[in-house]
This record gives sequence, structure tokens and C-alpha cells, in this order.
Amino acid sequence: MDNNSYCVIEITVKNHPGVMSHITGLFARRAFNLEGILCGKIGDSEDSRIYLLVDNDERLDQIIKQLQKLYDVMEVLICKTCKPSVFSQISEIVKNSDCEI
Amino acid sequence: MANGKNINKTMNGAQLLIKLLELQGVDTIAGIPGGANLPMYDALYESSINHILVRHEQAAGFFAQGVARTTGKVGVCFATSGPGATNALTAIADAKLDSIPIVAIMGQVSYSLVGTDAFQEVDTYGLTLPITKHNFLIRNIKELIKVIPEAFRIALSGRPGPVVVDVPKDVQLQTIEVTDLPEEIKIISEKIEDPQTINRIKEAAEMINNSKKPVLYIGGGVINAEASNHLAELAIKSNIPVTCTLMGLGAFPPENPLYIGMVGMHGARYTNLLMHEADLIIALGVRFDDRATGKIEKFCPNASIIHFDIDNAEINKIKDTDIHVVGGLKEILEKMIPSITNNARKEWLEELDSLKNKYPFIMPSKSDILHPLNIIKEIGNILSEDDIVATDVGQHQMWSAQGYPVKKPRTFLTSGGLGTMGFGLPTAIGAALANPDKTVVCISGDGSILMNIQEFATLADLNLNLKVIILNNGHLGLVRQQQELFYNKRFIASKFATNSDFAAIANGFGVKGIKIENAENALEIIRKHIKEPGACVIDVPVSPQENVLPIVPPGKANYEMIGGEE
Repeated sequence: MDNNSYCVIEITVKNHPGVMSHITGLFARRAFNLEGILCGKIGDSEDSRIYLLVDNDERLDQIIKQLQKLYDVMEVLICKTCKPSVFSQISEIVKNSDCEI
Repeated sequence: MANGKNINKTMNGAQLLIKLLELQGVDTIAGIPGGANLPMYDALYESSINHILVRHEQAAGFFAQGVARTTGKVGVCFATSGPGATNALTAIADAKLDSIPIVAIMGQVSYSLVGTDAFQEVDTYGLTLPITKHNFLIRNIKELIKVIPEAFRIALSGRPGPVVVDVPKDVQLQTIEVTDLPEEIKIISEKIEDPQTINRIKEAAEMINNSKKPVLYIGGGVINAEASNHLAELAIKSNIPVTCTLMGLGAFPPENPLYIGMVGMHGARYTNLLMHEADLIIALGVRFDDRATGKIEKFCPNASIIHFDIDNAEINKIKDTDIHVVGGLKEILEKMIPSITNNARKEWLEELDSLKNKYPFIMPSKSDILHPLNIIKEIGNILSEDDIVATDVGQHQMWSAQGYPVKKPRTFLTSGGLGTMGFGLPTAIGAALANPDKTVVCISGDGSILMNIQEFATLADLNLNLKVIILNNGHLGLVRQQQELFYNKRFIASKFATNSDFAAIANGFGVKGIKIENAENALEIIRKHIKEPGACVIDVPVSPQENVLPIVPPGKANYEMIGGEE
């Protein structure tokens, strides 16, 4: 994966059942590309951290501004040290789940 | 939490909700009851809040908009779950696009049933997510105490907008021991103290002082910020011509010689041509909407751009700026005006005069009495500057925007962003109820009025000082016009096969209905009935052949407008 053509946005959000819809809905309705999502709780807090893999293009500024407007989003950063390649390794990372139905 | 009220009382969720709304200063709510919001209505029974029973939930939303658009306060509406909520969606989306502060409170099926496809269950949270500033689904009665004042704060603060609160029925029936409740939200505008921002404001002033051909491009943000006086001060001090978008009408007095009318798709020729000549555009509370700018690559090609707006996301969204400041327009202009030098701008104003003489806005002949523009001008003569006009959407709306002299902010209510036919009547009803000392005129068309005609019943209930003027051409006029100009006159689905008798319909609802038969005495009849107190509906026949001109063809630059020439 070419690291320069992508960018990872790191956002901190209030964690509740609707927050993911707000984020993904924003990308869909504003026709922003969203290539990957990673999300998890921050420790025992009420907050979650979300990493979004997006195209590194001229729309990035507008994506960040629109994310900042979302009520549940507390902080938006460009993660300079994040590796976009992590997203393509997700399926490897999560393979050892022992959940059975 | 501020101690708005100490009560020490056991309440259920519905009673708590109504109490919280009272504490936010709500005096009127429009809505329709149903299974999932009946506890709220039961609590309203004991409340001082006045409830207006409309006939469709979309009208409840527009009623709330009528209150909000004229007063600047939050308008509130109620709807039940399922179809009640889906009916309200259009009015909520309309409020989003025009940045109008409303709070819509929906009943929802009990939380224990959410997700089971229960009777009248719909995912209101999911449906309203893309059309609100923010939305809440209440899961526990305790959340109400925080969420209701927060909904008002969100609706009013920054760039205003609609907020939906979805309240499941079991939450409405849960009980809670309440000790104290939050008081009314007051929005305090942020002072500008950051030295960098102050520097940029000074740079902007410098840019204005040095410009030869500046134009002020004004949007609804100036009205929301209540910054019209500051705008006038700036424009007059530096002799800068002012153009308004549809949403900005009323922000600047039209009788001032610096006023050059509405910009864009149906702007006057000289307006669009003058903007094309500009060397500086000072954009205040606008979002460079395509109806205002035309083809954006060719919008004011020789101009630098200064953009002041409350919403950071509007900066550089459509058009790159040279200087921008994010913040309250009043505060920004207050800081900037002292650095603006007096400037006669003789040459630029001469250019304005010459363009205006050469390419004026063309009014129809006065002998064409029933030309919509002549009727609208006459309505402008009859009403005072404080009276309120609400329009629907279509040709009559554009003629109103061109021809009605909007002299004050919050006196011209129109669906600018979403362009919702059916907006006019329920919004006018809300406006009339919130402004009992003013005459309200709803200018509509025969297409638009039918989209919320059931609200004649609400009008009959309330007998407000509201006149509905239907400019009746038997067509979806703006569609017909587009087919004539851009679809080779292949007219389809733009002519109604039958023409309804709106005076008889109004009478049937219990509202006085008048049908103008011909041009003879038409303006006198309209004048007489507008002057008479109370409600009436006036059906005015107009020619279906008239087009709104000039018009910038879709995808073209503003200077490429057609029509509207002598």
C-alpha cells in the first residue's frame, strides 16, 4: 500500500450506540471516500478512538472540518505516525478469535 | 447545572419533558398526537404551553420554522412515532439547509420494543441523522434533564439548525424524583480576542480600503447574526455596493442606492455584471451556493475573496479565500469597521450607475395589471416594513424575491436551500401566531398551495391576520419555464389538467375565499382584503406564459444569463 496516497485521521468520540452512524453517514452523504475504519474504547472511559483511512487529496481539509462539527466528536487529528498499511493487515490481526455461534 | 427551578417532585418522563420545555421559555408547540407521544400530550394538559393542532406533521415543522425565522428563538414541534416522524422530515431537512433553529420532539415506541418492527416504529434517529444539526435518542429518563436544554443550545448556537429528540414511550412513563432543573439557555457570542484573528480582520480592512471595485455579498448568516446594522455601517462608510442571496434579503435596506438587488440565477443583469467586474468580494454569512454563484469557476474571476462566517466548514468549501475569519459577524464587523477608511469610490459607483442604466431590472408594463411582478409590487406598497411575507416555492417565489421590497431582517420567509413546495402556508401560520401585531401575507402558487392545503383548517381554527395570495397559472410554472427554455418546449407533467377553485376550497375550510375573475379592480380588491383584519385566501389568475427573467441557464456563468432585456 502506498503510504503517501492515504492518510489516517484519528478522532476521539463520545461512545454511544449512534456515534458510528454519524461518522459513516457523514462520509456517505458528503461523497467522501472512506477506505477503512478501526474503532475501540479508550480504557474504561466513556470515550472511543476511531482511526479512519482516507484518500490524501484536496478534500481532506473539508473532511476534517465536517468531522469537527459533529457533536459527539471531541478531537480530530491527522495521525502522522499511523501506518495506513495496518488497515490491509486487519484480517490477519483478528484471525484468532474463538467466538462460536 | 444551574438551579433554574427547585421542585422536589416525582414526575414521569413526559411531565419532566414539558417542564423542561417551559423552563426553556417555550410558549407554543405545534404538533399532532398519536400512540407514542400521548403521555407528552397528557402532560401538556396541565401546562401553560399553547398547543396548535395542525393537520400534518410537516406543517408542525414549518410552523416551528415560522416562529424561529421571525423571532430568532427556537421553534418547537411534536410528532408521534412512525408516520408522524417521517411526515416531519421534510420540514426538518428544510430547517437544516436554511440554518433555522427548531427542536422536533418525537414519540417513539417503547425502548423495549425498539428494533422489533413494532407498530408505528421507524428508525427516527437514523432517518434524521443526515438532516439535523444533531439528534438524540433518549434511553433513560435521566438523560432528558441534560438533553432538552442541550437541544436548545445546539439549535441556537454557532450556525443554527434543527435538533431532533426521539423519546420512547416507556421513557415518557418512567418516573423520577426531581429536585432542581436547568434554567433557560442563553447563547453568549464569543468575543474576538485572539491577536492573530484581530490581525486578519485588520488585513481584511486594509484589503477593503485598497480595493477599487468591492462588492458585499450577503447571505442569511447576516440575518442570523443580527448584524444588519453593522453591514449598513460598513457599506455606507466605504461606499460598497451590496448584493444579497435569497436568504440574505432584508439584511440591507433596498432603498439605499448601494443596494444592487439579489445575486445569481434570477438576479438583475446589472447585479451579475457588476459582480463580474468586482476586484474584491466581501462574503458575509454566505456559502457560495450554486444558485447564487452560477458556474463557480467563472464567478467573479477578477476578485479577491474575503469570507467571514460562523461555520469553519464553509470556508474554502466551494471557493478559495484570500482572507477568512470564522466567528460571529457582529463581533468581526465591530472589530473591523474602525479600520475602514471613508471612501467615496466615485468611479466604481459611476460604473454601477452606468451598468444599472444600461441593464436594469425590467418591470412589466403597469397596464399588465395581473403580471405577478405588478401584483407583488402592489403587495409591497400595501404592507408596512414590519409586516411579514412568506413565499412558497416556484416562479412566484422568484418574482417575490425580485420584486418585493424586503426592508427588514426576518420579514421575508422563504425556503432557500431545500426549495420545499408547501413551505409557505404553515410557515406563515407560525409567523402570524408569533407576531400577532403584524400582517402576514403568504404568496403562493397553485402548485405549492396544494402541497399543504390541509392547513387552511388550522388557519380557520386560529383566524390569524394572514392573507394567502395564490398566483394561479394552472401550471408548475418553474418546470414549464425550464421545459420551454432548456427542453425544446417538450412540455410534460407541468400543466394541471383541472384547475381547482381555491376560493371555494378556502370557504369549505371555513376561511374567507376570494376569486379574482379579471384585471378590472383586481389590485383594489387585493388591497381591500389585505387591509381587512383576519384570514383570507385570494385566488389570482395569472398568465402561464410568463417566465422568471433573467435566468442563468444551469451550468452557465452568471454573466451568461438570458432574457430580462428591454
